Amino acid sequence: MKNKLIDLVNISKSYDGVTVLDELNLYIRENEFLTLLGPSGCGKTTTLRILGGFERPDHGNVFFNGNDITGLPPNKRQLNTVFQKYALFPHMSVAENISFGLKIKNKPQGYIDDKIRYALKLVNMDGYENRYPAALSGGQQQRVAIARAIVNEPKVLLLDEPLGALDLKLRQDMQYELMRLKNELGITFVYVTHDQEEALTMSDTIVVMNQGYIQQIGTPEDIYNEPQNAFVADFIGDSNILDGRMIRDKLVEILGVKFDCVDTGFGENKPVDVVIRPEDVELVKPEKGILSGRVTSIIFKGVHYEMEVHANGYDWLVHSTRLQEVGKEVGIYVDPFNIQIMNKPESTDEEAVPVEE
Amino acid sequence: MKSNRLKWLAAPYGVWAAGFIIIPLVMIVFYAFTSQETGGFTLANFDDVFTGEVMKALGLSLGLALVSTLICILLAYPLAMILAGMKVSQKSFIVFIFILPMWMNFLLRTFAWQTLLEKNGVINTVLGAINLPPLEIINTPWAIVFGMVYNFLPFMILPIYNVLIKLDQDVVNAARDLGASSFQTFWKVTFPLSLPGVISGVTMVFIPSLTTFVISDLLGGGKILLIGNMIEQEFKQLNNWNVGSAMSMILLLFVIVSMVVENKYDKTGEGTAL
Ligand SMILES: Nc1ncnc2c1ncn2[C@@H]1O[C@H](COP(=O)(O)OP(=O)(O)OP(=O)(O)O)[C@@H](O)[C@H]1O
Ligand SMILES: [Mg+2]
Repeated sequence: MKNKLIDLVNISKSYDGVTVLDELNLYIRENEFLTLLGPSGCGKTTTLRILGGFERPDHGNVFFNGNDITGLPPNKRQLNTVFQKYALFPHMSVAENISFGLKIKNKPQGYIDDKIRYALKLVNMDGYENRYPAALSGGQQQRVAIARAIVNEPKVLLLDEPLGALDLKLRQDMQYELMRLKNELGITFVYVTHDQEEALTMSDTIVVMNQGYIQQIGTPEDIYNEPQNAFVADFIGDSNILDGRMIRDKLVEILGVKFDCVDTGFGENKPVDVVIRPEDVELVKPEKGILSGRVTSIIFKGVHYEMEVHANGYDWLVHSTRLQEVGKEVGIYVDPFNIQIMNKPESTDEEAVPVEE
Repeated sequence: MKSNRLKWLAAPYGVWAAGFIIIPLVMIVFYAFTSQETGGFTLANFDDVFTGEVMKALGLSLGLALVSTLICILLAYPLAMILAGMKVSQKSFIVFIFILPMWMNFLLRTFAWQTLLEKNGVINTVLGAINLPPLEIINTPWAIVFGMVYNFLPFMILPIYNVLIKLDQDVVNAARDLGASSFQTFWKVTFPLSLPGVISGVTMVFIPSLTTFVISDLLGGGKILLIGNMIEQEFKQLNNWNVGSAMSMILLLFVIVSMVVENKYDKTGEGTAL
């Protein structure tokens, strides 16, 4: 891929003695769609605010194209932000909001008018030029905020949960629009969300954060298929996370039963976390399974059924398109390839290990 | 007011309003249109109002009120901004300093300034001691403006401060994000959004300044007559309640006009500000 456009080096930030970001290192390449993903309060917005220039890190530096911009005010940075709470100018109409940045840059009126029209069309809000933000729904305000940022054609767009207030259909439409924008305009996206599905759909790179630490950086496939720790596995999609013991290479004991797996190098008799995705749990005839248990609940989820199977003292989460019956005895089989083994955190603090890339 | 029962909660205030607002107003109107001699209907009281002397006092009152309101805005706005930007721990102390004089009686404060500003008062004694020319401000309109600003400044600071601290900081950040300098951000975003505070501050300074008679009495040395002083004279010295009421009605007219104007701006401001 291309060069580092933005480089965050050893960024730390605390509020009133509470550490929010701790020695964070992260780079963003040109024309990359990078998503910060993590639970509420993990420091996503803070990271974005440091990028935007609204917050100064206590330590560390922000580089843009190789230049240190840590102390540069927001108006001097070549990035635009879509704020988490929209932050539209309440005393200006939609058109005035969108043209704010262009007017500051003294663009000609004809150019501004074209841009307003283009941006409103893009976010599906034609005809709303003269409305005031107070007269818009949350989703409409959010779309105006997106329009207001993109008309400036920034090098980098920072988006803080920009689709949070939209309904599913509109959100999917906007996801495509944003991805199209990225490809057409060559804008680099730094995107914040706590919706893992959105992150998997849109991103080139996902950064999973927890409690101010980066847990894993990788492509959506990496993150989904090879979570580095139980936190990532748990956060990305539903998972069965079990305590296991690595007996030796390629053999792990879970719930007192030995499973073949493909992982090596964990040592012998080492406690590990084992992650098995619900769609990787295969329900077979009782005598054919590695374990056997009883179906305890079934929920219809559209594409598949979500079932719980109680086996060896654990409630297994199973996704399958084949309907079973509650109370039925079933066998559980997992392909060795679908068993993810990961080291246990060494202490509770280590729950959030800083990850160097 | 959805529930009828809630309406009863307003009853005590209703009694209060009737007794101390409605009835006095009705009485003013009644006196203004009746003759002192005959007690019958007359417009003659207004002849005594539209005289050069009273109009001069009214003009001076409007002028001084305007000047002190302007000075208050110029002093209060930067102060309110500094205050709003402070950390909570520092803030409470500063706010306390500003509120402190408000706990002292208004008359007392003004008396104090009379003593301080007098020809041979404390300030001039000190100035004389260090060989500086005396301050000849007492008994001039400037002393009155000073008194108004001193007394009413907190009423300008607080509403502006209240609007500023409630201002969504990300809206200000958004302007910076879109390329505006701090100066542009102030004029295009912060100031327009703080107008409701400025306007309610203006109401709270302009109207008391317009109607005061104590400040002009004490700091103007009884030589500078504002409309408030004229009304006071009619009631207390000349014992002419009828002409006094007529003057009050004219003053009331100005108060109502400024309230209406301010209300209009406040409404448009508020609708978009919060
Ligand atoms: N201005 C501030 N003063 C004090 N604490 C703050 C401030 N801003 C953020 N924090 C704290 O920093 C932590 C991280 O906040 P941040 O806004 O970055 O979270 P987030 O990941 O964006 O969460 P969310 O998904 O809920 O938006 C939180 O615990 C928050 O309480
Ligand atoms: Mg956030």
